[in-house]
Amino acid sequence: MSEVREEAVDAREPEGTRSAPTAGDVADAARLVGFGLQPRLLPARDAEYAELIRRHREDPGFARLADAVAAGLGLIVLEVSPRAGMAVAAAEDSVFAVRMGDYARRAASDTGDRFLHGLAHLAAAALAFPRPEDLADDGYIGRITVNGVDAFVRQACRRLEERADEAGENTDPASDAPGLEAAWRVYVRRSATGATKDARRLASSTTGIIGKAVAFLVESGFLQRTGDEHGGTYRTTARYQLQVRDMASSAAMAELLDLGVVPVTDGTATLAPAADDDVLAADAGLPFHTAS
Amino acid sequence: MSVRPPRVWDVTTTVPYTPHPLPGAARPAPGPAADEGLARRLKALACTAPLHDLDARKANLAGEYSVYAMAEIALAAIDLVTLNMDFDTGADHDQIVARLLPRVAAQAPARAHTEHERVARWVLENLINVGSADRGFRMVYGTFGADGAYVRRDYDFKLIEEVPGPGGSVYLRTTDEAVNVLVGALDTDVTSAQIAAEVKLEVLISRGRLADAQLAAEQARYRTVQYAETLRRTLEATRRNVRAVDWLRQVPDMIAEALDHVADRYRHENAILTNIRKARDEAEDPEHKRRAAELVDIVKDCIRRHTQLQSRLLEAGPLFRAEQDRQAFAAPPARAGLDLYGQLVAPLLPLPVERASRVTDAFFARGTGLRTPAAVRVGDLVELLLTPPVEREHLGAEMPEPDLVATPDDSRFSDEQLESALELLDLPADAPRRLSGLLAEARRRDPDLPYLVALLAIHAASPPVGTAHRQGEPQLLFAVDDGTPLDDPDFGGADLIVGTARLTAAVAS
Repeated sequence: MSEVREEAVDAREPEGTRSAPTAGDVADAARLVGFGLQPRLLPARDAEYAELIRRHREDPGFARLADAVAAGLGLIVLEVSPRAGMAVAAAEDSVFAVRMGDYARRAASDTGDRFLHGLAHLAAAALAFPRPEDLADDGYIGRITVNGVDAFVRQACRRLEERADEAGENTDPASDAPGLEAAWRVYVRRSATGATKDARRLASSTTGIIGKAVAFLVESGFLQRTGDEHGGTYRTTARYQLQVRDMASSAAMAELLDLGVVPVTDGTATLAPAADDDVLAADAGLPFHTAS
Repeated sequence: MSVRPPRVWDVTTTVPYTPHPLPGAARPAPGPAADEGLARRLKALACTAPLHDLDARKANLAGEYSVYAMAEIALAAIDLVTLNMDFDTGADHDQIVARLLPRVAAQAPARAHTEHERVARWVLENLINVGSADRGFRMVYGTFGADGAYVRRDYDFKLIEEVPGPGGSVYLRTTDEAVNVLVGALDTDVTSAQIAAEVKLEVLISRGRLADAQLAAEQARYRTVQYAETLRRTLEATRRNVRAVDWLRQVPDMIAEALDHVADRYRHENAILTNIRKARDEAEDPEHKRRAAELVDIVKDCIRRHTQLQSRLLEAGPLFRAEQDRQAFAAPPARAGLDLYGQLVAPLLPLPVERASRVTDAFFARGTGLRTPAAVRVGDLVELLLTPPVEREHLGAEMPEPDLVATPDDSRFSDEQLESALELLDLPADAPRRLSGLLAEARRRDPDLPYLVALLAIHAASPPVGTAHRQGEPQLLFAVDDGTPLDDPDFGGADLIVGTARLTAAVAS
């Protein structure tokens, strides 16, 4: 450990005397980034990839070189490890970034569709990592199903609906201002599924939209399909956890704060506040213990 | 414990309707309170609109469809879907169409079967509103706000919705709106309405008014289905996420309430069942007897649904404890993560969709991963364009030529013999014959033939009438034993009367 650091310091001090990167080193670094751009490829499956990962971890000079190549391509390095490989994410204006308009054509013109496609990705992540601990725990593997994601968002929407009913609010949007319609209503209005002539999932239904999202995440190497039950079942990969934890959730959070919505952390406000968790969990079981 | 159970929606504060009272200005309407009742009635009215619309639009269909009462078919469809809804799934699309057909056919008996089916499908698809992106309906209505401003609002609703079933199939469910339309715009508490309906039923039976009693019993069953549906949704949420549901008070209360309800209804309906059975057995009038018998079926179905509900309720507790063990009693992790649901999804949903989209867009841009753009070189492109398309092997690899061995023809009878026997048995419809005569004639043609004729005659003793009718066969061979013994050198038994029966629509019905 300390030896490695000394070497690194050595490497920096006498500029050029100790191994200036050769063209071969640059090619190797670029090859490593190239492996990272194939998100479904795992180091465990490819000996050369595994060797480059090992070199990245052990040779700081090579690591700097690979990171520089990635940065030059507009990539952000999230982690380099045997479990996740070279996990890279696209920077906002990178050629590798996915744009909503390319992802779903209708989303470009229709506010409701655009929102539903975005929400599908957010909800899939929320169900894959239901608790903060799950997102933090590197060993955690989330499991989601298409129907499960739909049901879970619907449930949340239904509670808002019930709450609005209780409060006697009129949630029907004004006809001339569809953009002011509450987000949950857009979801509730869209049907969960629909019969089509060719027995495929109705693309405009919510399960259709979620199905598209998870299929896309599989392509991104973020999910692995494990079965067909409940509209398709999937489990998460290390890359997905990294991407959600280090990139997506913070970006969405910043946007939310920018809108002036502060998800308060005074204990009772969030769904699973860290401090009150145990109290709730213990108490919540009580009615059953006393009842039985 | 003094702390309120955390709820999903407390994360943000929804902005209430901000009133700007105009001082001194005369209010143009009595106010939102009176307006609300009007809005509710407008919504109830709107739920019936799709049904009226069917009758209004049938003229636009290609063909002469004014003979069909579309609203009636639609109500029948909603009935069928509601009654076929089960806990886990809904009603099957094709099954509903099939059950609608008799009613459609009765409205225009002279028309073709395919047209009946088309009408049934048209009605069902319009109730789902297949053409629209939401598969729902929208009505615009106006209300006065607190500041006296007139606001037009959209009311969105569905009558029949499609839900995913096991194995990717799609099932139908009626919505609360549809059930309310069906039962008669009853915007009341489920439980109390059910009690009222059953008290009414008992009174009606004791006075011997069975026609009304059946109506009340059917209404009671709709209520039961509605109640079960509400419970199913809550239990489903519990299975997904322990903390998404208020297990401190809300769910235990609800389960206790539901169990009380089941116990209460079970007692009640058994009492009713005994009463109706008595009514059924003692009734003189055959019409009364039939009605009472139908009532027995309905109440039995109610009891079956209650039992189903109860078993679900009993599973809820153990399920919660198991989930709690998994989720709550693990070692706390070293670092803190973000609570995706509580801190992102929940605050997001109450926002106006325009603002909420900014957050989902941000998540989408960074949460979907990366795509490597396709890069094309002109050199490759030329080569690619000039390459002849690869023959698609949609048939798969070539099959090896199978090595076939001719099997010896070990049939007992030859084709000629079968033809001969069938010719012999091709009897005119009005002239059946005795088996003994047929056997004698067969023996004259071919010594082996009587065996085949006897075999065919025995098969005809219990002819598959239903199958033949379904397959649209014009006639059917039948054989009847009238007790005459068979007098034949080779065969013994009954001398059957063999004849041909004509199958017509009149015979079948």
